[in-house]
Amino acid sequence: MKLAGQLDLDSVADFALDYAAKLGLDEAEVSLHEGTGVSVNVRMCELETVEKHNDAQIVVNVYKNHHTGSASSADMSEAGVRSLLDAAASIASQTGADECLGLADKELMASELYDLDLHHPWGADITELAQLATRCEDAALSRDKRISNSEGANVSTYSGNALYANSHGFRSISSSSQHSLSCSVIAGKDAGMQRDYWYDSDRNAANLDAPEAIGKTAAERAVQRLDARKIDSTETPILFDPAMAKSLIGHLVGALRGGAIYKRASFMLERLEQQIMPEFVTIAEHPHIPAGAGSALHDNEGVATPAYHALVDQGRLQTYVLGSYTARKLGLSSTANAGGVRNLRVSDTGHNFQELLAQMGQGLLVTELIGSGINMVTGDYSRGAAGFWVENGEISYPVEEITIAGNLLDMYQGIVAVGNDTDRRGNTHSGSILVQNMTLAGS
Amino acid sequence: MTQSNFDIVDSTLLAPTGLDGVKLQQVMDKLTGVAGCDFADLYFQYAKQESWSLDEGTVKSGSFNIDQGVGLRSVCGEKTAFAYSENLQHEAIMGAADVVQAIGRRGQDIGTKAAWRPRRPRSVYQPHDPVATLDDAAKVAILHQADQFARAHDPRVKEVMATLAAVYEVVLVVRSDGQQVPDVRPLVRLNVSVIVEQDGKRERGSMGGGGRFDFAYFDTDLIRHYSEEAVRQALVSLQAVDSPAGTMPVVLGSGWPGILLHEAVGHGLEGDFNRKGTSAFAGRLGEQVASPLCTVVDNGTLPDRRGSLSIDDEGNTTQDTVLIEAGILKGYMQDEHNARLMDMPLTGNGRRESFAHLPMPRMTNTYMHAGEHDPGEIIASVKKGLYAVNFGGGQVDITSGKFVFSSSEAYLIENGKITQPVKGATLIGSGPEAMQTISMVGNDMALDSGVGVCGKEGQSVPVGVGQPTLKMDQLTVGGVQL
Repeated sequence: MKLAGQLDLDSVADFALDYAAKLGLDEAEVSLHEGTGVSVNVRMCELETVEKHNDAQIVVNVYKNHHTGSASSADMSEAGVRSLLDAAASIASQTGADECLGLADKELMASELYDLDLHHPWGADITELAQLATRCEDAALSRDKRISNSEGANVSTYSGNALYANSHGFRSISSSSQHSLSCSVIAGKDAGMQRDYWYDSDRNAANLDAPEAIGKTAAERAVQRLDARKIDSTETPILFDPAMAKSLIGHLVGALRGGAIYKRASFMLERLEQQIMPEFVTIAEHPHIPAGAGSALHDNEGVATPAYHALVDQGRLQTYVLGSYTARKLGLSSTANAGGVRNLRVSDTGHNFQELLAQMGQGLLVTELIGSGINMVTGDYSRGAAGFWVENGEISYPVEEITIAGNLLDMYQGIVAVGNDTDRRGNTHSGSILVQNMTLAGS
Repeated sequence: MTQSNFDIVDSTLLAPTGLDGVKLQQVMDKLTGVAGCDFADLYFQYAKQESWSLDEGTVKSGSFNIDQGVGLRSVCGEKTAFAYSENLQHEAIMGAADVVQAIGRRGQDIGTKAAWRPRRPRSVYQPHDPVATLDDAAKVAILHQADQFARAHDPRVKEVMATLAAVYEVVLVVRSDGQQVPDVRPLVRLNVSVIVEQDGKRERGSMGGGGRFDFAYFDTDLIRHYSEEAVRQALVSLQAVDSPAGTMPVVLGSGWPGILLHEAVGHGLEGDFNRKGTSAFAGRLGEQVASPLCTVVDNGTLPDRRGSLSIDDEGNTTQDTVLIEAGILKGYMQDEHNARLMDMPLTGNGRRESFAHLPMPRMTNTYMHAGEHDPGEIIASVKKGLYAVNFGGGQVDITSGKFVFSSSEAYLIENGKITQPVKGATLIGSGPEAMQTISMVGNDMALDSGVGVCGKEGQSVPVGVGQPTLKMDQLTVGGVQL
């Protein structure tokens, strides 16, 4: 595989690691990336903005006697890299020592590096991208006469190269791409306006949903929200649609991060091996899936990722989410999660969306959550929500200006079912999640 | 000021690569050569950032970032073409200008060769370089002080996390009307966050602040205040009971709770949403959108504030803009592009995260003017309700006007008295409706301590908020206790 720009990144990495050695540092690591992208916005079927992106960044981390320093810049010139390492070394001379600081252990480095099919550059020119965005927005605008306005449609494409190398002699170079198509439209007028959107993203533009399908979904979602009501406060089961369900999984991952655990700032503290969810729930990483949004053979420290890594297995918490530093702090091994989790998948209970509605009977279907009302230390949860009131297993009417509240520990234990209506966009895939009673606050 | 901002811009951005008026004109000619070009600009930026973090009593990490580049933009009617270069050599910038020209259709040059007009706006902060003006050991010492003050304040403190950060930015805006406007922007911030533990219960508290100063701003008293305040908030949370759920009167404290205004009205009054008609406030100029007690402004001119700017990122002087006066909607916040298309006055609100982002209308410091009531009187007027004094963050749906913000410190009000602390309640309302229910406004207007970050369309910028104590007769409180 011949990568555009590979020689440049390689020689920058060589120079940086050589210079780090000359500075007498114990260990050093360097992450480089360069990439180009285009973002095209169309609004009311007219070209609105065209942005050309051209990014480059170098990040260096250095270690000396268990002190560390970090520096970053876009400047990959020799003079630039030298001053960057000087700055990092200077910081390391002022920071305090911690035995746990250092590169990840050498024996954990990924040894087998192969192509994960992450690079599918999109050859389309600006005119073609603008045409796709226009088709998408036009489909939304013409879908329903109640669509009154638009925030436009966007097509973005990005392709880049990344290199990670460290003074263990580990080095990895990869190329990747990411493309997306989105549309946001408004239904209704004046005080009754409602906005909604839809999008798709993929490493390969050929796999993106048709622009017309994205536009149509955006329009339907906006129209369905018209005449939303506020409802009375009550205790109710909540069905989180797949996109919202992902946020619940995101809070779990946040609480499992090693940094939050060793600082005792997590509601998941001291819960390893415990049953935190019902037995039918398994949540696992699949880092080696070809062309996956989060696919990688190693983490951000070079540690080999496993093909499968369960965070929650049949409801039991299996692991925290650790890089080398937090692993050492906790006396555990790195879980190859420096930089986060990769291709997280939530098992389903075989129910389709209609069956979940029927199972809930009466309750709230949540399709939007806003605000940041989550206390990661206690798990207390209170967020603004919008969605639909469900009666007799059928969507009855849209609701808005309400909040839903509970505690994440109770919410996870209270999962009743996970749908097979999986949202396959992005790094975390989940179906709808039905949770038993939470408090809905309204009028 | 021994060195002018122009001297700093020249030595930092232009001289190292030999950029001069002739070369800038060549670049500008390409940008204005796009067919139908109404306006073009170059945004040169040098940004140096540094941060240090402490936990477990040790400053374990520090990071340093340096970035520079130039964003090139050509605006034709409603269309914008944009590219940027991280390389400030003339050839590289000309290459980026070619990209902009290729994006727009090449056409007749608008031909207005305005002579370069260097403009020296009044400055609302000093051109400090906070990164350079204190040695690293002294920066580390600030964090150790914060740690010690917090731990000494209460034995229930189990962990202290503190971060000290500084940004030094040098900016030059070069515009197609010939203006060249420099700015040198310092920004510092100290945050202290603690974990307290008692009887197996853990809670967190945070406090911080800063502004467009150098590190001398953080004197011992201020560091102690941040640390002790973080501990106090965490200890209050330890005692907190479940928050009530439902609609009730809500009293918001002064200062940081002004995040209400940022979410409930601020975003909805940004020019872009109103030009496109996608804001709940669109087309409502001159209408009553808040109770007559409310006068809300966006003021970028307050000296040394985190949200302040001498010029916005399009080179326009910042202003004290009245948004709502005695409840009547008076104006929007504008950038060049939206002001031109709406034929409305500029307000100096064109902001961008960096040279690699397009500017758009953004807030600076958004706050409500003081009213007549004593804060004690306001609380005494509530039979049963919520008194919220600290908040985590907020969000708004511009189109429906629905906003939320999440309290991190709140109390029940029972029979006019503050009683129990309650756990994180989320408040939700509709901007134009909620503002109408403001029935009392305090005489204790205060600005926040200088920690606000506002996100819009993926771009983050520092902002300020403020307000006096105020009462809303009806707001939905999202607790768990029915």
